[in-house]
Amino acid sequence: MGAVDPGRLRPSHTFPAHVLAEIHRAADQGVYEIRGFGTKRPLPGFDDLVFLGASMSRYPLEGYRERCDTGVTLGTRFASKPLHLKIPITIAGMSFGALGANAKEAIGRACTAMGTSSTTGDGGMTEEERQSSETLVYQLLPSRYGMNPDDLRRADAIEIVVGQGAKPGGGGVLLGQKITERVAGMRGLPEGIDQRSACRHPDWTGPDDLAIKIQELREITGWEKPIYVKIGASRPTYDAALAVKAGADVIVLDGMQGGTAATQDVFIEHVGIPTMPALRQAVEALQALDVHREVQLIVSGGIRSGADVAKALALGADAVSIGSAAMVALGCNKAVHVEDYRALGTEPGYCHHCHTGRCPVGVTTQDPELEARLRPEQGARWLRNYLTAMVLELQTIARANGKSHVLNLEPEDLAALTVEAAAMAGIPLAGTDWIPGRG
Amino acid sequence: MRTVDLAATGVRELNRRLRSAADDPSAQSWLVTNPKGAHAIAAGLTRPVRIQIDGHVGYYCAGMNQAAAVTIDGHCGTGVAENIMSGLVRVRGNASQSAGASGHGGLLVIEGNAGPRCGISMKGVDIVVGGKTGHMSGFMAQSGNLVVCGDAGHDLGDSIYEAAIYVGGSPASLGADCVEKDMTRKHRSRLRDLLSRAGIEIDPDRFRRFGSARKLYHFRVDHADAY
Repeated sequence: MGAVDPGRLRPSHTFPAHVLAEIHRAADQGVYEIRGFGTKRPLPGFDDLVFLGASMSRYPLEGYRERCDTGVTLGTRFASKPLHLKIPITIAGMSFGALGANAKEAIGRACTAMGTSSTTGDGGMTEEERQSSETLVYQLLPSRYGMNPDDLRRADAIEIVVGQGAKPGGGGVLLGQKITERVAGMRGLPEGIDQRSACRHPDWTGPDDLAIKIQELREITGWEKPIYVKIGASRPTYDAALAVKAGADVIVLDGMQGGTAATQDVFIEHVGIPTMPALRQAVEALQALDVHREVQLIVSGGIRSGADVAKALALGADAVSIGSAAMVALGCNKAVHVEDYRALGTEPGYCHHCHTGRCPVGVTTQDPELEARLRPEQGARWLRNYLTAMVLELQTIARANGKSHVLNLEPEDLAALTVEAAAMAGIPLAGTDWIPGRG
Repeated sequence: MRTVDLAATGVRELNRRLRSAADDPSAQSWLVTNPKGAHAIAAGLTRPVRIQIDGHVGYYCAGMNQAAAVTIDGHCGTGVAENIMSGLVRVRGNASQSAGASGHGGLLVIEGNAGPRCGISMKGVDIVVGGKTGHMSGFMAQSGNLVVCGDAGHDLGDSIYEAAIYVGGSPASLGADCVEKDMTRKHRSRLRDLLSRAGIEIDPDRFRRFGSARKLYHFRVDHADAY
């Protein structure tokens, strides 16, 4: 037996270790992998853009003293009670079931403290989140789990979910281990079964029907609530235009970096387009219809920092929404309770095991012992701190670009670092005036 | 009885009146004329008022109904009584697709035929159809009862959970995980009660019962062909 020469161990580019492991797993189990979190593959994104900052032709605002406003109003098109948020960062829909009640309550408390909105999810509205959230968006999903007209009326806005960035064209999965008595009761399902959400709404198909559905929701809620339409990033040029045509007040666009509690890995990694190009296409569609800013656009999918928020706003979004990043602020993938990560076959920093219900930090679990690891007060403090830091970052960038309101950020403030980003975002490649595809 | 002529008063104004008059003892009975296929008529009612609609209605009539008794003296479009929570909705004519979709409670009676996906995603509502239903009726039905006095279309009860389906005629085919089950005394009694509440006279002994085989409650690769 000779010694192995490490220099001779050349890994296959086509079959790297994670691909080999997945083939072995599939051969063992004969079924696709289901997991949580979002894409893990590298994708063009906001890291491929930079702000130009001020110069001789642009004056900066004094970084620590001059005012830079962050408030946004959502739902001004038809609703008689639009939402007035203090910051342009909202929390995306995440279900009770996918998240534990403590996590939902922590999110509600943090949003209330920051003057922004949180969102329900598949499974309906819990009392904890209604009580803790001053501004709560109620999702109307294909499954209609927990759908209740009383909750519809006590929501502050309604979000019709057509699709999700992690799985445009697919419904969610909540595996049996997370279907506790309370979750099952809210969804009207037997305890412990694998719950597969529908991918299409039961009573409408297509934009013509959607217009009538929106009319019904407005009738039921007295034409008060802003009505959002959430789309996964697949064909945003058409989907945004059709949502406008159907009568949406607000469009929520979720890019492929968006997270999920559980779906097929093949869906997460191979369906949909990244957030950055989807945002550009949606903004162009709104501009073509002359409704940009009249129909507000919320963008989600891979937003992690104030810089990401600033870039999304500069490209034309009115606000952003975060889901995975909010979970991380609550402790997701934190290096604590390491032994419990290992029991799941993973390590902190790599965990995507939301679907198992065995979340080591108590965020995506219904297990009382695990859930107790996240106290709502502590979680709310962490998320509030994180949102505060993001807003400070956002204001820092806006002031550096001479903007007294973050919504004044514009594409001209940006440059692209890669040809791909330049083409996708419609932003000149840094050091040039070249946008691929535009001459 | 108060009368609202929809040829002169829009749906928005009608629904506003119905909501605001809910606690007025003198406004517990309404007649709506000239609906002419308008959408969302009497949607979102919350009190036990009685509404008679004289003609055909469009989508989502009596949507999300709570407590009210709504009678449609005509045919209706998509999603009649969708997500109904309680009360009674009666269609004298035929109903288009997705009747009673995701209904949580109450009773929906369709005296004529129902289109495809009747009772889709139902969550506790009882639905009685005097005639036939279209394909995929009872799709992903979670709980409640769907009674079809005539024949049922293809893929009846596909991916059904704990709802019960009773068919007086015969289903063209059953969907994934839907099987015929024994018609016990308890089920016959329940069916008799449903037919009685619906005001439909038909012999319960003609009916067969269908429900979930519960083989798809947990995903197993051996069942992949069923999807």
